[in-house]
Amino acid sequence: MQQFVNVTLGGLSQGAIYAAFALALVLIWRATRIINFAQGSMAMFTTYVALVLIEAGHSYWLAFGAALLGGLVLGAVVERLVIRPVEGGPALNAVIVTLGLFVAFQAIAALLFGSSFESFPAPFGLSGFRVGEFTVAFTPFSAFVIGSVVVVMLGLVALFRFTDVGLRMRASAFNQEVARLLGVRVGGMLTLGWALAAAVGSLAGLLIAGGNLVHPAYMDGVIVYGFVAAVLGGLDSPGGAVVGGLLIGLALSYVSGYLGSELVTLAALAILVAVLLVRPHGLFSRAAERRV
Amino acid sequence: MTSPGTSETTGRAGTGHRHARGRPDPAPLFAVSGVTVRFGGLTALDDVSLAVRPHEVHGVIGPNGAGKTTLFNVCCGFVRPDAGTISRHGTPLTDLRPHRLAGMGVARTLQGLGLFRGLTVTENVMVGADRFRRSGFVSALLALPRSAADERALRERAWRAMSDAGVAEFAGRYPGSLPYAVQKRVALARALAADPELLLLDEPASGLGHDEISELGAFVRGLAERMSIVLVDHHMDLVMSVCDRITVLDFGRVVAAGAPEEVRDDPAVVDAYLGEEAHRGGSDGNDGNDGNDG
Repeated sequence: MQQFVNVTLGGLSQGAIYAAFALALVLIWRATRIINFAQGSMAMFTTYVALVLIEAGHSYWLAFGAALLGGLVLGAVVERLVIRPVEGGPALNAVIVTLGLFVAFQAIAALLFGSSFESFPAPFGLSGFRVGEFTVAFTPFSAFVIGSVVVVMLGLVALFRFTDVGLRMRASAFNQEVARLLGVRVGGMLTLGWALAAAVGSLAGLLIAGGNLVHPAYMDGVIVYGFVAAVLGGLDSPGGAVVGGLLIGLALSYVSGYLGSELVTLAALAILVAVLLVRPHGLFSRAAERRV
Repeated sequence: MTSPGTSETTGRAGTGHRHARGRPDPAPLFAVSGVTVRFGGLTALDDVSLAVRPHEVHGVIGPNGAGKTTLFNVCCGFVRPDAGTISRHGTPLTDLRPHRLAGMGVARTLQGLGLFRGLTVTENVMVGADRFRRSGFVSALLALPRSAADERALRERAWRAMSDAGVAEFAGRYPGSLPYAVQKRVALARALAADPELLLLDEPASGLGHDEISELGAFVRGLAERMSIVLVDHHMDLVMSVCDRITVLDFGRVVAAGAPEEVRDDPAVVDAYLGEEAHRGGSDGNDGNDGNDG
Protein backbone atom coordinates (compact mmCIF):
# COMPACT_ATOMS: atom_id res chain seq x y z
CA MET A 1 0.00 0.00 0.00
CA GLN A 2 2.73 2.42 0.96
CA GLN A 3 4.56 1.59 -2.24
CA PHE A 4 1.42 2.18 -4.29
CA VAL A 5 0.96 5.63 -2.73
CA ASN A 6 4.60 6.49 -3.32
CA VAL A 7 4.57 5.31 -6.90
CA THR A 8 1.36 7.22 -7.60
CA LEU A 9 2.64 10.46 -6.09
CA GLY A 10 5.93 10.16 -7.94
CA GLY A 11 4.01 9.51 -11.14
CA LEU A 12 1.84 12.58 -10.64
CA SER A 13 4.70 15.00 -10.17
CA GLN A 14 6.62 13.47 -13.06
CA GLY A 15 3.43 13.53 -15.12
CA ALA A 16 2.94 17.23 -14.43
CA ILE A 17 6.29 17.90 -16.10
CA TYR A 18 5.42 15.74 -19.09
CA ALA A 19 2.13 17.60 -19.26
CA ALA A 20 3.90 20.95 -19.43
CA PHE A 21 6.22 19.64 -22.11
CA ALA A 22 3.34 18.15 -24.11
CA LEU A 23 1.44 21.43 -23.76
CA ALA A 24 4.36 23.27 -25.32
CA LEU A 25 4.27 20.87 -28.28
CA VAL A 26 0.51 21.28 -28.65
CA LEU A 27 0.73 25.09 -28.56
CA ILE A 28 3.13 25.07 -31.49
CA TRP A 29 1.23 22.38 -33.36
CA ARG A 30 -2.04 24.28 -33.09
CA ALA A 31 -0.53 27.56 -34.21
CA THR A 32 1.76 26.44 -37.00
CA ARG A 33 1.06 22.73 -37.70
CA ILE A 34 4.68 21.96 -36.92
CA ILE A 35 6.00 19.41 -34.43
CA ASN A 36 8.86 21.13 -32.70
CA PHE A 37 11.45 18.41 -32.25
CA ALA A 38 13.84 21.06 -30.90
CA GLN A 39 11.57 21.74 -27.90
CA GLY A 40 13.70 19.67 -25.54
CA SER A 41 16.99 21.12 -26.75
CA MET A 42 15.67 24.65 -26.38
CA ALA A 43 14.54 23.88 -22.83
CA MET A 44 17.94 22.34 -22.08
CA PHE A 45 19.61 25.49 -23.37
CA THR A 46 17.61 27.85 -21.16
CA THR A 47 18.15 25.56 -18.17
CA TYR A 48 21.89 25.90 -18.74
CA VAL A 49 21.43 29.67 -18.77
CA ALA A 50 19.81 29.35 -15.34
CA LEU A 51 22.65 27.11 -14.15
CA VAL A 52 25.27 29.62 -15.26
CA LEU A 53 23.47 32.35 -13.32
CA ILE A 54 23.19 30.17 -10.20
CA GLU A 55 26.86 29.24 -10.37
CA ALA A 56 27.69 32.94 -10.70
CA GLY A 57 26.10 33.40 -7.27
CA HIS A 58 22.63 34.64 -8.21
CA SER A 59 19.53 33.32 -6.50
CA TYR A 60 17.58 30.34 -7.79
CA TRP A 61 14.53 32.52 -8.44
CA LEU A 62 16.41 35.06 -10.51
CA ALA A 63 17.82 32.22 -12.58
CA PHE A 64 14.37 30.65 -12.83
CA GLY A 65 12.85 33.88 -14.13
CA ALA A 66 15.74 34.45 -16.51
CA ALA A 67 15.34 30.97 -17.97
CA LEU A 68 11.60 31.48 -18.58
CA LEU A 69 12.23 34.88 -20.13
CA GLY A 70 15.06 33.36 -22.15
CA GLY A 71 12.61 30.73 -23.34
CA LEU A 72 10.19 33.42 -24.53
CA VAL A 73 12.93 35.21 -26.45
CA LEU A 74 14.44 32.02 -27.84
CA GLY A 75 11.04 30.82 -29.06
CA ALA A 76 10.31 34.15 -30.76
CA VAL A 77 13.75 34.30 -32.38
CA VAL A 78 13.60 30.71 -33.62
CA GLU A 79 10.17 31.31 -35.15
CA ARG A 80 11.18 34.55 -36.84
CA LEU A 81 14.56 33.48 -38.18
CA VAL A 82 14.33 29.76 -38.78
CA ILE A 83 10.72 28.66 -38.97
CA ARG A 84 9.18 31.60 -40.86
CA PRO A 85 11.08 30.86 -44.10
CA VAL A 86 9.88 27.24 -44.22
CA GLU A 87 6.32 27.95 -43.13
CA GLY A 88 3.75 27.24 -45.79
CA GLY A 89 6.16 24.96 -47.62
CA PRO A 90 6.07 21.17 -47.56
CA ALA A 91 5.52 19.90 -44.01
CA LEU A 92 8.65 17.77 -44.19
CA ASN A 93 10.86 20.87 -44.53
CA ALA A 94 9.75 22.17 -41.15
CA VAL A 95 10.30 18.74 -39.58
CA ILE A 96 13.86 18.60 -40.89
CA VAL A 97 14.51 22.16 -39.73
CA THR A 98 13.36 21.44 -36.16
CA LEU A 99 15.42 18.23 -36.12
CA GLY A 100 18.38 20.31 -37.26
CA LEU A 101 17.76 22.77 -34.45
CA PHE A 102 17.57 19.87 -32.00
CA VAL A 103 21.09 18.78 -32.92
CA ALA A 104 22.40 22.33 -33.24
CA PHE A 105 21.29 23.42 -29.78
CA GLN A 106 22.87 20.36 -28.18
CA ALA A 107 26.14 21.02 -30.01
CA ILE A 108 26.13 24.71 -29.06
CA ALA A 109 25.37 23.86 -25.44
CA ALA A 110 28.25 21.38 -25.37
CA LEU A 111 30.57 24.07 -26.75
CA LEU A 112 29.41 26.81 -24.40
CA PHE A 113 28.70 24.91 -21.20
CA GLY A 114 30.70 21.70 -21.62
CA SER A 115 29.27 18.22 -21.90
CA SER A 116 29.94 16.94 -18.40
CA PHE A 117 27.20 16.17 -15.88
CA GLU A 118 26.52 19.06 -13.54
CA SER A 119 24.13 19.11 -10.63
CA PHE A 120 21.24 21.54 -10.69
CA PRO A 121 19.87 22.81 -7.37
CA ALA A 122 16.26 22.58 -6.26
CA PRO A 123 14.61 25.50 -4.47
CA PHE A 124 12.81 23.26 -1.98
CA GLY A 125 13.66 20.22 0.05
CA LEU A 126 13.99 16.86 -1.64
CA SER A 127 13.16 14.64 1.33
CA GLY A 128 9.64 13.33 1.51
CA PHE A 129 6.87 14.58 3.76
CA ARG A 130 6.29 12.43 6.82
CA VAL A 131 2.82 11.06 7.37
CA GLY A 132 2.68 9.35 10.76
CA GLU A 133 5.57 6.93 10.81
CA PHE A 134 5.93 6.72 7.01
CA THR A 135 7.89 8.95 4.71
CA VAL A 136 5.98 9.39 1.47
CA ALA A 137 7.69 10.00 -1.84
CA PHE A 138 6.16 13.44 -2.10
CA THR A 139 8.63 16.20 -1.44
CA PRO A 140 8.22 19.96 -1.08
CA PHE A 141 9.83 20.16 -4.51
CA SER A 142 7.15 17.84 -5.97
CA ALA A 143 4.53 20.20 -4.58
CA PHE A 144 6.32 23.09 -6.26
CA VAL A 145 6.45 21.15 -9.55
CA ILE A 146 2.75 20.42 -9.56
CA GLY A 147 1.86 23.91 -8.33
CA SER A 148 3.88 25.74 -10.96
CA VAL A 149 2.54 23.57 -13.78
CA VAL A 150 -1.03 24.19 -12.58
CA VAL A 151 -0.40 27.95 -12.40
CA VAL A 152 1.02 27.99 -15.93
CA MET A 153 -1.92 26.02 -17.26
CA LEU A 154 -4.50 28.27 -15.62
CA GLY A 155 -2.60 31.27 -16.97
CA LEU A 156 -2.73 29.86 -20.49
CA VAL A 157 -6.43 29.05 -20.21
CA ALA A 158 -7.10 32.62 -19.04
CA LEU A 159 -5.01 34.03 -21.87
CA PHE A 160 -6.78 32.02 -24.56
CA ARG A 161 -10.30 32.28 -23.17
CA PHE A 162 -10.53 35.77 -21.79
CA THR A 163 -8.13 38.08 -23.59
CA ASP A 164 -8.25 39.67 -26.98
CA VAL A 165 -4.72 38.50 -27.77
CA GLY A 166 -5.78 34.96 -26.97
CA LEU A 167 -8.79 35.30 -29.25
CA ARG A 168 -6.60 36.48 -32.10
CA MET A 169 -4.14 33.65 -31.49
CA ARG A 170 -6.97 31.11 -31.65
CA ALA A 171 -8.40 32.72 -34.78
CA SER A 172 -4.96 32.59 -36.43
CA ALA A 173 -4.57 28.95 -35.44
CA PHE A 174 -7.91 27.99 -36.96
CA ASN A 175 -7.66 29.86 -40.24
CA GLN A 176 -4.70 32.07 -41.04
CA GLU A 177 -6.06 33.39 -44.32
CA VAL A 178 -9.39 34.52 -42.90
CA ALA A 179 -7.80 35.95 -39.76
CA ARG A 180 -5.50 38.01 -41.96
CA LEU A 181 -8.48 39.26 -43.96
CA LEU A 182 -10.04 40.47 -40.72
CA GLY A 183 -6.95 42.50 -39.91
CA VAL A 184 -5.20 40.13 -37.49
CA ARG A 185 -1.42 40.24 -37.74
CA VAL A 186 -1.07 36.51 -38.05
CA GLY A 187 2.72 36.58 -38.16
CA GLY A 188 2.88 38.24 -34.75
CA MET A 189 0.46 35.70 -33.33
CA LEU A 190 2.62 32.82 -34.56
CA THR A 191 5.71 34.38 -33.03
CA LEU A 192 3.88 34.83 -29.75
CA GLY A 193 2.69 31.22 -29.90
CA TRP A 194 6.23 29.95 -30.30
CA ALA A 195 7.48 32.26 -27.55
CA LEU A 196 4.85 31.04 -25.09
CA ALA A 197 5.46 27.43 -26.02
CA ALA A 198 9.20 27.78 -25.57
CA ALA A 199 8.66 29.39 -22.15
CA VAL A 200 6.42 26.50 -21.07
CA GLY A 201 9.02 24.08 -22.42
CA SER A 202 11.69 25.91 -20.42
CA LEU A 203 9.59 25.47 -17.30
CA ALA A 204 9.50 21.72 -17.97
CA GLY A 205 13.28 21.76 -18.45
CA LEU A 206 13.85 23.58 -15.14
CA LEU A 207 11.52 21.25 -13.25
CA ILE A 208 13.15 18.11 -14.64
CA ALA A 209 16.58 19.50 -13.79
CA GLY A 210 15.73 20.45 -10.19
CA GLY A 211 17.74 18.25 -7.82
CA ASN A 212 19.12 16.27 -10.76
CA LEU A 213 22.08 16.25 -13.08
CA VAL A 214 22.05 18.23 -16.31
CA HIS A 215 24.08 17.64 -19.44
CA PRO A 216 23.37 18.61 -23.06
CA ALA A 217 21.25 15.50 -23.66
CA TYR A 218 19.38 15.36 -20.36
CA MET A 219 16.04 16.27 -21.97
CA ASP A 220 16.13 13.48 -24.56
CA GLY A 221 14.05 11.09 -22.47
CA VAL A 222 11.53 13.79 -21.63
CA ILE A 223 11.12 14.58 -25.31
CA VAL A 224 9.98 11.02 -25.96
CA TYR A 225 7.57 10.98 -23.02
CA GLY A 226 6.29 14.46 -23.88
CA PHE A 227 5.58 13.35 -27.44
CA VAL A 228 3.76 10.27 -26.23
CA ALA A 229 1.71 12.47 -23.87
CA ALA A 230 0.86 14.94 -26.65
CA VAL A 231 -0.15 12.22 -29.09
CA LEU A 232 -2.07 10.42 -26.35
CA GLY A 233 -4.17 13.52 -25.77
CA GLY A 234 -4.55 14.33 -29.44
CA LEU A 235 -2.13 16.93 -30.75
CA ASP A 236 -4.89 19.51 -31.14
CA SER A 237 -6.10 19.47 -27.56
CA PRO A 238 -4.30 21.39 -24.78
CA GLY A 239 -6.51 19.73 -22.18
CA GLY A 240 -5.69 16.38 -23.74
CA ALA A 241 -1.98 17.13 -23.47
CA VAL A 242 -2.33 17.71 -19.75
CA VAL A 243 -4.32 14.54 -19.14
CA GLY A 244 -1.97 12.64 -21.46
CA GLY A 245 1.03 13.91 -19.51
CA LEU A 246 -0.42 12.83 -16.18
CA LEU A 247 -1.43 9.41 -17.57
CA ILE A 248 2.03 8.82 -19.00
CA GLY A 249 3.64 9.94 -15.75
CA LEU A 250 1.48 7.53 -13.74
CA ALA A 251 1.84 4.64 -16.18
CA LEU A 252 5.61 4.94 -16.36
CA SER A 253 5.83 5.28 -12.60
CA TYR A 254 3.86 2.03 -12.13
CA VAL A 255 6.00 0.25 -14.68
CA SER A 256 9.13 1.49 -12.99
CA GLY A 257 7.88 0.70 -9.48
CA TYR A 258 6.41 -2.77 -10.11
CA LEU A 259 8.10 -4.14 -13.20
CA GLY A 260 11.52 -2.53 -13.29
CA SER A 261 12.90 0.81 -14.33
CA GLU A 262 14.66 -0.63 -17.38
CA LEU A 263 11.24 -1.17 -19.00
CA VAL A 264 10.12 2.49 -18.81
CA THR A 265 11.09 3.58 -22.31
CA LEU A 266 9.73 0.38 -23.80
CA ALA A 267 6.46 0.91 -21.94
CA ALA A 268 6.18 4.47 -23.28
CA LEU A 269 6.56 3.20 -26.82
CA ALA A 270 4.08 0.37 -26.21
CA ILE A 271 1.52 2.92 -24.97
CA LEU A 272 2.17 5.11 -27.99
CA VAL A 273 1.67 2.22 -30.42
CA ALA A 274 -1.46 1.06 -28.59
CA VAL A 275 -3.01 4.53 -28.68
CA LEU A 276 -2.18 5.02 -32.33
CA LEU A 277 -3.75 1.67 -33.17
CA VAL A 278 -6.94 2.18 -31.19
CA ARG A 279 -7.46 5.95 -31.40
CA PRO A 280 -5.17 7.34 -34.09
CA HIS A 281 -6.21 10.91 -33.41
CA GLY A 282 -5.63 10.69 -29.69
CA LEU A 283 -7.92 10.11 -26.75
CA PHE A 284 -9.45 13.59 -26.79
CA SER A 285 -9.59 14.69 -30.40
CA ARG A 286 -12.93 15.35 -32.04
CA ALA A 287 -12.24 13.10 -35.04
CA ALA A 288 -10.28 14.44 -38.01
CA GLU A 289 -12.30 17.52 -38.85
CA ARG A 290 -9.42 19.48 -40.23
CA ARG A 291 -8.33 19.11 -43.80
CA VAL A 292 -4.63 18.44 -43.84
CA MET B 1 -32.93 40.60 -39.36
CA THR B 2 -33.56 44.03 -37.96
CA SER B 3 -33.12 47.15 -39.97
CA PRO B 4 -29.40 47.87 -39.98
CA GLY B 5 -29.78 51.51 -40.97
CA THR B 6 -30.93 52.49 -37.51
CA SER B 7 -27.96 51.04 -35.74
CA GLU B 8 -25.52 53.62 -34.59
CA THR B 9 -22.06 53.46 -36.05
CA THR B 10 -19.25 54.76 -33.95
CA GLY B 11 -15.52 54.81 -34.07
CA ARG B 12 -15.19 55.73 -37.72
CA ALA B 13 -13.52 59.03 -38.38
CA GLY B 14 -15.06 61.29 -40.99
CA THR B 15 -14.57 59.27 -44.12
CA GLY B 16 -14.70 60.51 -47.66
CA HIS B 17 -18.14 59.39 -48.56
CA ARG B 18 -19.77 61.55 -45.91
CA HIS B 19 -18.48 64.64 -47.67
CA ALA B 20 -19.34 63.27 -51.06
CA ARG B 21 -22.99 62.78 -50.29
CA GLY B 22 -25.25 65.09 -52.27
CA ARG B 23 -22.84 65.88 -55.04
CA PRO B 24 -24.07 65.17 -58.57
CA ASP B 25 -21.26 62.73 -59.39
CA PRO B 26 -19.49 61.69 -56.23
CA ALA B 27 -15.90 60.47 -56.44
CA PRO B 28 -15.73 56.70 -56.36
CA LEU B 29 -15.14 55.22 -52.94
CA PHE B 30 -13.27 52.31 -54.42
CA ALA B 31 -12.14 51.84 -57.99
CA VAL B 32 -10.42 49.19 -60.02
CA SER B 33 -9.07 50.37 -63.33
CA GLY B 34 -7.52 48.47 -66.18
CA VAL B 35 -6.83 45.38 -64.08
CA THR B 36 -5.38 42.39 -65.88
CA VAL B 37 -4.62 39.07 -64.20
CA ARG B 38 -2.99 36.13 -65.93
CA PHE B 39 -2.62 32.64 -64.50
CA GLY B 40 0.03 31.13 -66.73
CA GLY B 41 -1.39 31.29 -70.24
CA LEU B 42 -4.92 31.98 -69.06
CA THR B 43 -6.09 35.56 -68.86
CA ALA B 44 -8.53 35.57 -65.95
CA LEU B 45 -9.17 39.32 -66.04
CA ASP B 46 -8.55 41.50 -69.07
CA ASP B 47 -8.50 45.27 -68.61
CA VAL B 48 -11.33 45.28 -66.08
CA SER B 49 -12.50 48.57 -64.59
CA LEU B 50 -15.14 49.12 -61.97
CA ALA B 51 -15.97 52.09 -59.76
CA VAL B 52 -18.03 51.84 -56.60
CA ARG B 53 -19.75 55.05 -55.49
CA PRO B 54 -20.57 55.85 -51.88
CA HIS B 55 -23.73 54.12 -50.66
CA GLU B 56 -24.07 52.14 -53.82
CA VAL B 57 -24.85 48.46 -54.19
CA HIS B 58 -22.76 47.36 -57.11
CA GLY B 59 -23.44 43.97 -58.64
CA VAL B 60 -20.87 41.88 -60.48
CA ILE B 61 -22.39 39.12 -62.55
CA GLY B 62 -21.26 36.80 -65.29
CA PRO B 63 -21.23 33.15 -66.24
CA ASN B 64 -19.13 30.66 -64.33
CA GLY B 65 -15.44 31.27 -64.85
CA ALA B 66 -16.00 34.85 -65.99
CA GLY B 67 -13.54 36.07 -63.36
CA LYS B 68 -15.84 37.37 -60.64
CA THR B 69 -14.05 35.73 -57.74
CA THR B 70 -10.67 36.62 -59.22
CA LEU B 71 -11.82 40.24 -59.27
CA PHE B 72 -12.72 39.98 -55.57
CA ASN B 73 -9.38 38.40 -54.83
CA VAL B 74 -7.66 41.32 -56.53
CA CYS B 75 -9.76 43.77 -54.50
CA CYS B 76 -8.61 42.25 -51.22
CA GLY B 77 -4.99 41.63 -52.08
CA PHE B 78 -5.06 37.84 -52.37
CA VAL B 79 -4.14 38.14 -56.05
CA ARG B 80 -1.77 40.78 -57.36
CA PRO B 81 -2.81 42.14 -60.75
CA ASP B 82 -0.32 41.99 -63.62
CA ALA B 83 -1.50 45.40 -64.74
CA GLY B 84 -3.90 48.07 -63.57
CA THR B 85 -4.51 49.96 -60.35
CA ILE B 86 -6.82 49.79 -57.38
CA SER B 87 -7.67 53.03 -55.66
CA ARG B 88 -9.62 54.16 -52.65
CA HIS B 89 -11.00 57.71 -52.48
CA GLY B 90 -8.94 58.44 -55.54
CA THR B 91 -5.66 57.36 -53.93
CA PRO B 92 -3.95 54.38 -55.59
CA LEU B 93 -3.29 51.44 -53.28
CA THR B 94 0.15 50.30 -54.31
CA ASP B 95 0.78 47.66 -51.71
CA LEU B 96 -2.53 46.00 -51.01
CA ARG B 97 -2.21 43.18 -48.49
CA PRO B 98 -5.03 41.16 -46.93
CA HIS B 99 -4.20 42.14 -43.34
CA ARG B 100 -4.31 45.87 -44.17
CA LEU B 101 -7.74 45.58 -45.75
CA ALA B 102 -9.75 45.68 -42.53
CA GLY B 103 -7.93 48.79 -41.35
CA MET B 104 -8.88 50.51 -44.61
CA GLY B 105 -12.55 49.83 -43.98
CA VAL B 106 -12.99 46.98 -46.41
CA ALA B 107 -14.65 43.75 -45.27
CA ARG B 108 -15.28 40.63 -47.29
CA THR B 109 -17.38 37.54 -46.89
CA LEU B 110 -16.15 34.32 -48.44
CA GLN B 111 -17.98 31.73 -50.49
CA GLY B 112 -16.74 29.04 -48.15
CA LEU B 113 -17.85 31.12 -45.11
CA GLY B 114 -14.47 30.75 -43.46
CA LEU B 115 -15.86 30.77 -39.93
CA PHE B 116 -13.47 29.79 -37.15
CA ARG B 117 -14.77 26.37 -36.23
CA GLY B 118 -13.42 26.27 -32.69
CA LEU B 119 -14.60 29.76 -31.74
CA THR B 120 -18.11 30.62 -30.61
CA VAL B 121 -20.33 32.87 -32.72
CA THR B 122 -19.53 35.83 -30.45
CA GLU B 123 -15.81 35.15 -30.65
CA ASN B 124 -15.96 34.82 -34.43
CA VAL B 125 -17.68 38.19 -34.70
CA MET B 126 -15.28 39.75 -32.18
CA VAL B 127 -12.33 38.87 -34.39
CA GLY B 128 -14.12 40.85 -37.09
CA ALA B 129 -14.26 43.88 -34.80
CA ASP B 130 -10.60 43.53 -34.00
CA ARG B 131 -9.48 46.53 -36.01
CA PHE B 132 -10.99 48.79 -33.36
CA ARG B 133 -8.72 47.45 -30.66
CA ARG B 134 -6.62 50.30 -29.37
CA SER B 135 -4.59 48.91 -26.53
CA GLY B 136 -1.20 47.55 -27.43
CA PHE B 137 0.05 44.07 -27.28
CA VAL B 138 1.67 44.17 -23.87
CA SER B 139 -1.21 45.82 -22.05
CA ALA B 140 -3.58 43.33 -23.64
CA LEU B 141 -1.37 40.49 -22.47
CA LEU B 142 -1.25 41.81 -18.94
CA ALA B 143 -4.98 42.61 -18.98
CA LEU B 144 -4.44 46.23 -17.97
CA PRO B 145 -7.54 48.42 -17.42
CA ARG B 146 -7.34 50.07 -20.80
CA SER B 147 -7.39 46.68 -22.38
CA ALA B 148 -10.43 45.68 -20.32
CA ALA B 149 -12.33 48.75 -21.55
CA ASP B 150 -11.26 47.85 -25.07
CA GLU B 151 -12.51 44.35 -24.59
CA ARG B 152 -15.92 45.63 -23.46
CA ALA B 153 -16.15 47.94 -26.46
CA LEU B 154 -15.31 45.05 -28.80
CA ARG B 155 -17.93 42.88 -27.18
CA GLU B 156 -20.57 45.60 -27.60
CA ARG B 157 -19.63 46.12 -31.21
CA ALA B 158 -19.82 42.39 -31.85
CA TRP B 159 -23.18 42.26 -30.13
CA ARG B 160 -24.56 45.06 -32.33
CA ALA B 161 -23.38 43.32 -35.48
CA MET B 162 -24.94 40.06 -34.31
CA SER B 163 -28.26 41.75 -33.57
CA ASP B 164 -28.20 43.43 -36.98
CA ALA B 165 -27.66 40.13 -38.71
CA GLY B 166 -30.17 38.37 -36.47
CA VAL B 167 -27.80 35.86 -34.92
CA ALA B 168 -27.62 37.23 -31.38
CA GLU B 169 -29.59 34.27 -30.07
CA PHE B 170 -26.80 31.91 -31.20
CA ALA B 171 -24.05 33.92 -29.45
CA GLY B 172 -22.60 31.07 -27.40
CA ARG B 173 -22.91 28.34 -30.02
CA TYR B 174 -20.19 26.96 -32.25
CA PRO B 175 -20.66 27.58 -35.99
CA GLY B 176 -20.56 23.88 -36.86
CA SER B 177 -23.71 23.24 -34.82
CA LEU B 178 -25.80 25.83 -36.69
CA PRO B 179 -27.80 25.52 -39.94
CA TYR B 180 -26.03 26.73 -43.06
CA ALA B 181 -28.28 29.77 -43.48
CA VAL B 182 -27.49 30.89 -39.93
CA GLN B 183 -23.77 30.33 -40.50
CA LYS B 184 -24.00 32.61 -43.52
CA ARG B 185 -25.52 35.31 -41.36
CA VAL B 186 -22.77 34.83 -38.78
CA ALA B 187 -20.20 35.40 -41.52
CA LEU B 188 -22.11 38.53 -42.51
CA ALA B 189 -22.18 39.72 -38.90
CA ARG B 190 -18.44 39.19 -38.68
CA ALA B 191 -17.91 41.38 -41.75
CA LEU B 192 -20.29 44.04 -40.35
CA ALA B 193 -18.47 44.11 -37.01
CA ALA B 194 -15.55 45.73 -38.80
CA ASP B 195 -17.93 48.61 -39.60
CA PRO B 196 -16.62 48.72 -43.16
CA GLU B 197 -17.19 51.48 -45.67
CA LEU B 198 -16.94 48.89 -48.42
CA LEU B 199 -18.42 45.42 -48.04
CA LEU B 200 -17.55 42.73 -50.56
CA LEU B 201 -20.18 39.99 -50.58
CA ASP B 202 -19.14 36.83 -52.40
CA GLU B 203 -22.26 34.87 -53.31
CA PRO B 204 -24.27 35.76 -50.21
CA ALA B 205 -27.35 33.95 -51.53
CA SER B 206 -25.80 30.62 -52.44
CA GLY B 207 -27.34 27.79 -50.48
CA LEU B 208 -30.26 29.93 -49.28
CA GLY B 209 -33.97 29.31 -49.88
CA HIS B 210 -36.29 31.68 -51.73
CA ASP B 211 -37.61 33.50 -48.65
CA GLU B 212 -34.18 33.82 -47.15
CA ILE B 213 -32.93 35.39 -50.37
CA SER B 214 -35.61 38.10 -50.39
CA GLU B 215 -34.89 38.77 -46.72
CA LEU B 216 -31.20 39.08 -47.61
CA GLY B 217 -32.06 41.51 -50.41
CA ALA B 218 -33.91 43.83 -48.05
CA PHE B 219 -31.07 43.58 -45.54
CA VAL B 220 -28.41 44.48 -48.13
CA ARG B 221 -30.53 47.42 -49.29
CA GLY B 222 -30.66 48.64 -45.69
CA LEU B 223 -26.90 48.28 -45.33
CA ALA B 224 -26.36 50.68 -48.23
CA GLU B 225 -27.31 53.51 -45.89
CA ARG B 226 -24.13 52.80 -43.98
CA MET B 227 -21.68 51.57 -46.59
CA SER B 228 -20.99 50.69 -50.21
CA ILE B 229 -21.47 47.10 -51.24
CA VAL B 230 -20.10 45.00 -54.04
CA LEU B 231 -22.17 41.90 -54.59
CA VAL B 232 -21.28 38.84 -56.63
CA ASP B 233 -24.11 36.39 -57.09
CA HIS B 234 -25.78 34.05 -59.53
CA HIS B 235 -29.33 34.80 -58.41
CA MET B 236 -30.53 37.24 -61.06
CA ASP B 237 -33.65 38.22 -59.12
CA LEU B 238 -31.55 39.27 -56.15
CA VAL B 239 -28.95 41.12 -58.20
CA MET B 240 -31.52 42.92 -60.36
CA SER B 241 -33.67 44.02 -57.42
CA VAL B 242 -30.90 45.03 -55.03
CA CYS B 243 -28.18 46.62 -57.15
CA ASP B 244 -27.94 50.25 -58.21
CA ARG B 245 -25.48 49.39 -60.94
CA ILE B 246 -24.20 46.18 -62.41
CA THR B 247 -20.97 45.20 -64.12
CA VAL B 248 -21.16 42.13 -66.34
CA LEU B 249 -18.06 40.02 -66.88
CA ASP B 250 -17.56 37.38 -69.54
CA PHE B 251 -14.28 35.57 -70.15
CA GLY B 252 -12.51 38.11 -67.96
CA ARG B 253 -13.75 41.18 -69.82
CA VAL B 254 -16.36 43.74 -68.93
CA VAL B 255 -19.09 43.25 -71.54
CA ALA B 256 -21.62 45.65 -70.04
CA ALA B 257 -22.04 48.05 -67.13
CA GLY B 258 -24.89 50.22 -65.98
CA ALA B 259 -28.24 50.24 -64.24
CA PRO B 260 -30.06 46.89 -63.92
CA GLU B 261 -32.64 47.67 -66.63
CA GLU B 262 -29.93 48.76 -69.10
CA VAL B 263 -27.84 45.70 -68.42
CA ARG B 264 -30.79 43.33 -68.63
CA ASP B 265 -31.52 44.23 -72.25
CA ASP B 266 -27.92 44.57 -73.39
CA PRO B 267 -27.33 42.19 -76.31
CA ALA B 268 -23.81 41.39 -75.09
CA VAL B 269 -25.23 40.20 -71.76
CA VAL B 270 -27.92 38.12 -73.38
CA ASP B 271 -25.22 36.65 -75.56
CA ALA B 272 -22.95 35.84 -72.66
CA TYR B 273 -25.71 34.10 -70.74
CA LEU B 274 -27.23 32.34 -73.75
CA GLY B 275 -23.75 31.20 -74.76
CA GLU B 276 -23.26 29.89 -71.30
CA GLU B 277 -26.64 28.13 -71.27
CA ALA B 278 -25.94 26.41 -74.57
CA HIS B 279 -22.44 25.52 -73.46
CA ARG B 280 -23.55 24.05 -70.17
CA GLY B 281 -26.54 22.26 -71.62
CA GLY B 282 -29.17 24.48 -70.07
CA SER B 283 -28.13 24.33 -66.45
CA ASP B 284 -29.19 27.43 -64.60
CA GLY B 285 -25.75 28.19 -63.30
CA ASN B 286 -26.89 28.44 -59.68
CA ASP B 287 -24.37 26.05 -58.25
CA GLY B 288 -22.33 29.06 -57.47
CA ASN B 289 -18.64 28.42 -57.63
CA ASP B 290 -15.96 29.98 -59.72
CA GLY B 291 -13.69 27.26 -58.53
CA ASN B 292 -10.81 29.49 -57.51
CA ASP B 293 -11.80 30.61 -54.08
CA GLY B 294 -9.91 29.45 -50.99
